[in-house]
Amino acid sequence: MGLEHALGDTALTTTIDSAINWCRKNSVWPMPLGISCCGIEMMAFAMPRFDVARFGAEVFRFSPRQSDLLLVAGTTTYKMATVVRKIYDQMPDPKWVVAMGACTSSGGMYRTYSVVQGIDQFLPVDVYVAGCPPRPDNLLHALMMIQEKIQRGESRGTPMTVSAERAEKQQLLQIQGINNN
Amino acid sequence: MLTKITEKLKAQFPDSITAVLEFRGETTVHVKKENIVAICQFLRDDTASLFDYCSDVCGADAYTPENRFEVIYNLYSTILNHRIRVKVFVDESDLHCPSVTSVWPGANWPERETFDMVGVVFDGHNDMRRMYMPEEFEYHPLRKDFPMMGIPDSIPLPRK
Repeated sequence: MGLEHALGDTALTTTIDSAINWCRKNSVWPMPLGISCCGIEMMAFAMPRFDVARFGAEVFRFSPRQSDLLLVAGTTTYKMATVVRKIYDQMPDPKWVVAMGACTSSGGMYRTYSVVQGIDQFLPVDVYVAGCPPRPDNLLHALMMIQEKIQRGESRGTPMTVSAERAEKQQLLQIQGINNN
Repeated sequence: MLTKITEKLKAQFPDSITAVLEFRGETTVHVKKENIVAICQFLRDDTASLFDYCSDVCGADAYTPENRFEVIYNLYSTILNHRIRVKVFVDESDLHCPSVTSVWPGANWPERETFDMVGVVFDGHNDMRRMYMPEEFEYHPLRKDFPMMGIPDSIPLPRK
């Protein structure tokens, strides 16, 4: 990818970027962190009825070193938070995080001393899924949102691709132009 | 009302039984903590009671100036199908209570839970450590003066 940055923003490099992002989004390998009840819905999401394999995400490798998407499914207690963070740190870039269910998004029904009120207290989250537990098709929608994010080239792990940064800069300039006028 | 059992208890341990209560078919016996192991052994072995299953050992914080904590033993007889509750009052100045693990080995983890949540130390327990909270945790969560949301930074959270 370094050569692309050196070549700048040509038709060739942006095509390569989109091609690579297309490949990435169609083979998102999830790391299922089925901690609690949401894990059951995650299993349902992987089973034949709401098949996740047709989205390319069939390899549930259970090894963070070999996955790109961290699916945190279940109530995260303070004791478990260190473990979840460790798993997240072990994943190679680029990586994305889905906070599945009410407990991971905001602490859910557990407003108490032992449950972390949302995993975004210690992890950068890309997509939050509402539900207790969310339906498997809800989680599939979250996966599709992650796929759209990947196609746009956004990732918290790696810096954005040159084309995306340029587009953002252009947008900012436009807004400043409106403000100046 | 388990009158037969409570009469036998009062006859056997006249000084230790401070109260016998009954509510909607449930019998509760208030007992002094010094003699609790002997009383529990009697309840387990006597042919009228035969409480072989220690259902739960839990703690409660009454938040009164004296006799602040209660240790509650819920006993069930699988042979005779009756239940009894034995309550022991522990004062804040002396947070120790004899352990009943010699009578029912199943009381081991519930006593650890009571220690973790309320702070009552059980003497004679072979493994008196916390059950749910991390070992370095300094507070006892189910006490009335512990806030619901916890004390900030009492359990370390990884950095973002």
